[in-house]
This record gives sequence, C-alpha cells and structure tokens, in this order.
Amino acid sequence: MDILETVFVRNSLVVAFAVIGVTIWFSYFLADKLTAGRIHGSAIAIALGLLAAYWGGVTTGGRTGVADITLLGGIGLMGGGMMRDFAIVATAFGVHLSELKKAGLAGVISIFAGVIVSFVVGAAIAVMFGYTDPAAITTIGAGAVTYIVGPVTGEAIGASDAVITLSVAAGLVKSILVMIGTPLVARHIGLNNPQSAMVFGGLMGTTSGVAAGLAATDPKLVPYGAMTATFYTGVGCLLGPSILYFIVSAMF
Amino acid sequence: MIVYGVALLSACLIAGMLIGETLGVMLGVSANVGGVGIAMLFLVFASNSEVFKSMTQGISADGIKFWSAMYIPIVVAMAARQNVAAATEGGLLALTAGVAAVIVSFALVPVLSKIGNHNTPSSDDDNEGVA
Repeated sequence: MDILETVFVRNSLVVAFAVIGVTIWFSYFLADKLTAGRIHGSAIAIALGLLAAYWGGVTTGGRTGVADITLLGGIGLMGGGMMRDFAIVATAFGVHLSELKKAGLAGVISIFAGVIVSFVVGAAIAVMFGYTDPAAITTIGAGAVTYIVGPVTGEAIGASDAVITLSVAAGLVKSILVMIGTPLVARHIGLNNPQSAMVFGGLMGTTSGVAAGLAATDPKLVPYGAMTATFYTGVGCLLGPSILYFIVSAMF
Repeated sequence: MIVYGVALLSACLIAGMLIGETLGVMLGVSANVGGVGIAMLFLVFASNSEVFKSMTQGISADGIKFWSAMYIPIVVAMAARQNVAAATEGGLLALTAGVAAVIVSFALVPVLSKIGNHNTPSSDDDNEGVA
C-alpha cells in the first residue's frame, strides 16, 4: 500500500490522465450501449465526475471533490483553473472571426442581461426567504450570478459569513445545473449555432458550467460560449458591490 | 516543431490573462476581467494572420489541436473536483436561487439570440453546416 501511494502521489498528474481516460472510455461505452448514442458520452463522463466529486467531498470533508483523496490528487491539477483555461483557449483555434462579429452585439448585451437577471432572481428568492438586510439580499443575489461574484460582493459590502457561504452554495448549484441541464435543454432553446452559443455563454456566465455544458452538447460550440462567459464574472464583480448594491439598499 | 504551436497558445493565454488582470485592477474589481476571452481573440487573430503562419500550420498546429482535443478530458477532471458536497449543503434557499437563476437564463437564450441576427433560422443552420 505504501509503494502504491508513493508511486501514485509522485506521479499524480499522470495518474489523473489514466483515471480520466478510463472514465471517458466507460462513459462512451455506456452512452453507446445503454442510450444508443442519445446521450453524449461526455455528458455521462461529466455526470460521473460530479458524482465522484460529491463522494470525495462527503468522505474527506474537503473542498475540491475527488481531488482531496490522496491517490487522486492529480485530478485537482488536471481539472484546475490553469489547465481549464489553457484548453479553453486552444478551442478557439479555427474559430471564424466573422462568426464572432455576427454575434458580437448580442454577446455583449447577453453578459449584462445575464448578470442582472441572475442577480434579480437570486435577490428575489432571498427576500422570499425572509431576508430584509440589503447586504444579505445583495450577496445572495450575487451568488446566483456566480460562486465567485457572491463572496467578492459579500466581502466588499460586509455581509455575514453565513450569508457568504449561502451565496457560494447558490452559485455552485447554478454551475452544476448548467453542466447537467445544458445538453437536455439545448434543442429547446435553439442552442445549435455559434451565435446562440455566444448568447448562452453570456447569459449563464459560470465558466465551468458553460465549459462542461457545451462540451456535452456540441464541442464545436465551446469556443463561442466560453468567449463571452469569461467576461461575465468580471462584470458581475464590477456591478455587484456597486450599482446593484445601491439599488437594493434604496429599496430595503 | 510541435512546441511552436504550444508556445503560441501559451503566449496568447499569458497575454490575455495579463490584460484581464490589468482591466480588473483598473476597474477596481478583484477578478480577472475576460482574460481567457481576450486570449482566445489573440489566438483567432494569430491563426488568421500571415505573420504567425509558421506557428499555426502543419506540425506546429498539432501542438494547439492536441490541447483543444484535451478539452473534454480536462472538463471531466474539472467536474470531479467541484465542491458538489457544499452545493448540496446550502439548503433550500441556495437550491432555489441557483435553480431559478438557471431556468430564467435558459429561457432568455432564444430571445437574445435574435439580436443582430436578421437571417432566418434555417439559413443559419446551413452556414453552420458549411463551417
């Protein structure tokens, strides 16, 4: 057991490549045999990843899912922000500038619309649950934007730790739901071309959610959605503790 | 050389991140504003330009295509390291807020997709097929 652990820990990233490879092979096998290709293999792989992350979080009490298990630590590096961003940028290779221009305006509008709509929905739910403190309402609304905007806003305007934790949880629910839900609703919301993918990225905004959701829907759409999504958190952090907080303060 | 493509990709990411970080500081926001998106634009420009031809064609291009193809495995690893347990422990408020935000946002996709898009949906599908 000691030898196994030594080798696995020393070569953690390589272990992650092997484990993820087997997971994807198994997922495509399931997609092919059980669903006759109706569900994307990558959608199953992402769902398996989330299940494993839940199991990892519950058994270790850590914050990075399955990566908190010693033998699988490399998954934390492989799935971390650096590799994710590197691979996302690589998907832009071969993107047509004309497609980006066509949806440019709609993309920009969707970023602002997405931040404001998610914030209003989150804030309204906070009010429905009985919150009356403007800082708490704003922070929970910001959490519905993304799990990064929530704590950034909460800390800036002095919300309580409990409320900040809630805002992170709301953002995580959103991110996970986008990962799972996107392939299911794609056809119904016209998510099948670069333009709607850019609007989708801008409206959803959670980079992880959009990245995984589009990967499970149609990998060709990934660069377009990711392009707008990466601006969303910045815009959210800009509007949350400022204009949106002022508006909420004026109302409560 | 395959590494030329990888190096170009890396340079685009770092340049984009630096700009995104600078934008964040200028706006007084503690976040990187669009660094990845800007990096993607750099790569799109580079792959359409004559100057970088030696880095974006032939074997060099394989260095970029490899990482593009690694995207889905990396996303699966990303899913496996999410804090799913915390999302389930947030209770009804977090669940309702997250779910409601996603449903409303999904519903807006077809509405906003129409902006600046004067073509009929069917002709768009044709374009997609060609591309």
